[in-house]
Amino acid sequence: MQENAHVLVETRGVSKSFGPQTVLSGVDFTLRAGEVHLLAGENGAGKSTLIKILAGVYQDYKGTVLLQGAPVRFASPRAAADAGIAVIHQELSLIPAMSVSDNIFLGRERTRLGQVQFGEQAGHCRDLLLRLGLNVDPGVPAGNYPISIQQGIEIAKALAFESRILIMDEPTSSLNQEEVDRLFEVIAGLRAAGCGIIYISHKMEEIYRIADRITVLRDGALAGTAPAGELPQEKLIRWMVGRELAAQAEVKDVRQDGIGIEVEQFTVQDPRGLPRPAVDAVSFQVRRGEVVGLGGLQGSGASELLNGLFGVYGRRATGSVRVAGAAYAPATPRHAIESGLALVTNDRKTTGLVGGMSIARNATLAAFPRYTPWGLVRESQETAAAEAYRTQLNIKCADVSMPVNSLSGGNQQKVVLAKWLDINPCVLLLDEPTRGVDVGAKQEIYGLIRQWTAQGKAVLLVTTEMSELLSLSDRILVMHRGQITAEFARHEATQEKVLAAAMGQSAAGCEAV
Amino acid sequence: MKKFLAYPVTRALLALVIIVILGTIFNADGAFFDWGTHRDMLRQVSVYGILACGMTLVIITGGIDLSVGSVLGLTSVFFSMLSIHWGWSPWVTIPLSLLLGAGCGMISGGFIARFGLQPFIVTLAMMVFARGMAKYVSGGQKISNYLQKPDGSFENLELPAVFDALDARLLGNNVTVVSVILGLSVAVSYLVLNRHRYGRYLFAIGGNEAAAALSGVPVLRAKLLAYGISGMFAALAGICQAAQEYQGDPEAGTAYELSAIAIVVIGGTSLMGGRGGIMLTLLGTLTIGYLEKILSLNAVGEASRLMLTGAIIVGAVMFQRNRAN
Repeated sequence: MQENAHVLVETRGVSKSFGPQTVLSGVDFTLRAGEVHLLAGENGAGKSTLIKILAGVYQDYKGTVLLQGAPVRFASPRAAADAGIAVIHQELSLIPAMSVSDNIFLGRERTRLGQVQFGEQAGHCRDLLLRLGLNVDPGVPAGNYPISIQQGIEIAKALAFESRILIMDEPTSSLNQEEVDRLFEVIAGLRAAGCGIIYISHKMEEIYRIADRITVLRDGALAGTAPAGELPQEKLIRWMVGRELAAQAEVKDVRQDGIGIEVEQFTVQDPRGLPRPAVDAVSFQVRRGEVVGLGGLQGSGASELLNGLFGVYGRRATGSVRVAGAAYAPATPRHAIESGLALVTNDRKTTGLVGGMSIARNATLAAFPRYTPWGLVRESQETAAAEAYRTQLNIKCADVSMPVNSLSGGNQQKVVLAKWLDINPCVLLLDEPTRGVDVGAKQEIYGLIRQWTAQGKAVLLVTTEMSELLSLSDRILVMHRGQITAEFARHEATQEKVLAAAMGQSAAGCEAV
Repeated sequence: MKKFLAYPVTRALLALVIIVILGTIFNADGAFFDWGTHRDMLRQVSVYGILACGMTLVIITGGIDLSVGSVLGLTSVFFSMLSIHWGWSPWVTIPLSLLLGAGCGMISGGFIARFGLQPFIVTLAMMVFARGMAKYVSGGQKISNYLQKPDGSFENLELPAVFDALDARLLGNNVTVVSVILGLSVAVSYLVLNRHRYGRYLFAIGGNEAAAALSGVPVLRAKLLAYGISGMFAALAGICQAAQEYQGDPEAGTAYELSAIAIVVIGGTSLMGGRGGIMLTLLGTLTIGYLEKILSLNAVGEASRLMLTGAIIVGAVMFQRNRAN
């Protein structure tokens, strides 16, 4: 094992600008052997730029990068990889149809006389995977394994190249609790073996569980570096946003003035065609002005429930639903919108926004017929509406005619919310509304949710982030294998009780539904 | 300059300007400076341009329509048969032909939107089918005013006035009717794409179909519209082609879809969908038109002409490619 002070990689006064815009200015950063160094900061703070410099993606930066004490400037990502720096991306880069072993050795096949030594590769691959505690068949296509295992395979790939520096960019964003635990065990093993890990995360619970040291970037500059034990959460957030954030929501009274949505015996057939329904005869209601949180592990059916209500699965979703008292049968998203429903999907990139289209055009897409009397587009009205949302939701952009994918994650999510506010819905279905959103924007979104409930909208919230579920919901329903297994009032819900119900145990103290 | 070139429309314009400058250099002893040259260029490229208008709508949705050449052939036969052999009024035959084209397009669009089939393969099937239908309807013969009677003798029918009217020149011989039709096609496409609700829907579908559908965009209807309009423009081009040739040829329009796609792409509309516009296509049409015209003015042989055209298309597309990175 390496001594703790051994520095693997270091940056000194690294700066980077795109044209007139400086995205990173004078950042000092060190990664020691055997540490997990957490890199925190709001979206747009410069985390990914720093990582791309370390990984050889950007070559034209100012300042120095020292690898084991020697100055280097990587000419390409490949050069960085050869020097032992591996990046495990948020989006996995495995080729699903290729075998695990072929993926691991892709680009550096072991050859003899030009012939790939598949047997040798498979053997070596199995050793690596076992070291990571993964029971994976090297011959099976990588795409056959769940995301968490695929992430393990990516790590194995890094190890196969004898990388000592691993960069992990929000590796747990699509993992469930169990998978996170397994990943953390792997990381602990790597740490013990003397690897240095740069870890990016927005999840507080995770940050304090895994980090040895924390470096915070704000607006491209270094806000500070400190051992995790000496950086309390309040201070960390202050470093990140540069200001104090309002405390968590205070308990408010539920306004019981009518039912927003009432669902009875609602069933959704599995979208992939499995025999067990994804949502199995659930019944519940959300009052106007109420936030009902739907908790559950991945695959609980909560997301399918929201999509089913919104008509994504058409008539494969059955049951009796009433929206604001009127009977409603899910058919198409269009019909759902006309009936007063809005759905914020859990992935804004693939199902939330039209990336290349402007902020204004995305914001008005759902209510577009309103801007097109007799079919003709009233562009001035559109822009005016977008400007209004820009002010109201504090969307940071130079101009509403800019493409929406030029915004940071938090601002993109606000455009999604603007789009749904624009139809003035009665019921908001929110599926992970703060996924991939920085701390500041998260708080703003929480504020908006409270604002909507004050206006008498009903909110059905799906989130895998426990603190969010507990702090936002007036009531919590927990789903497990397509069924609601528990219901908690706000004051009686605890993390332990929710988790127990999510894993299918009928924990003591929970009311029957 | 760099900023100037950041917009597809300025790049398309620059490509056109370069071609025109080349024309003034290789002016074939001043022939390039004769207005008649430009008028003929426009006449020759109009049919391709009309096809490219519909193609633009389809490509913006992220699709492709390979059937336009065959639909052109089918409608040119259909229109000629109704007009010449049966002697129907153009007030009937033109709308019927347009409906036939729109119908072909909507069948493709229906399969694509309703069953999620690949636009490439559906419109390839329609391309084969419509060509077959053109041959079936015409019996494999060109439909002209020489009608072969059952006893083997020929009857010389009168050519309906609509053929001459569509191939006429206006404004003191300076503009051909087909060029005016191209202008109208561009105008209609512009209104649909930039001013109408469904135009926005086409961009949204091409940009991200899943997100569009979840925002309540009527994807099925929008795609039916795009492919229907493409088919209708193909029919319009077929009518023009028949008028120019004074006959309906079942082989007409073969491989025209490729020229239409090249025009759209040279203009700068993205084959990935979601980005582009009809003005780009108009510029692309003129670029291709001048290119062909300059090569023929300079009496470049067919072999060299094809090779040069291929090379220039690649060059133009390289020039037009997205340089966001």
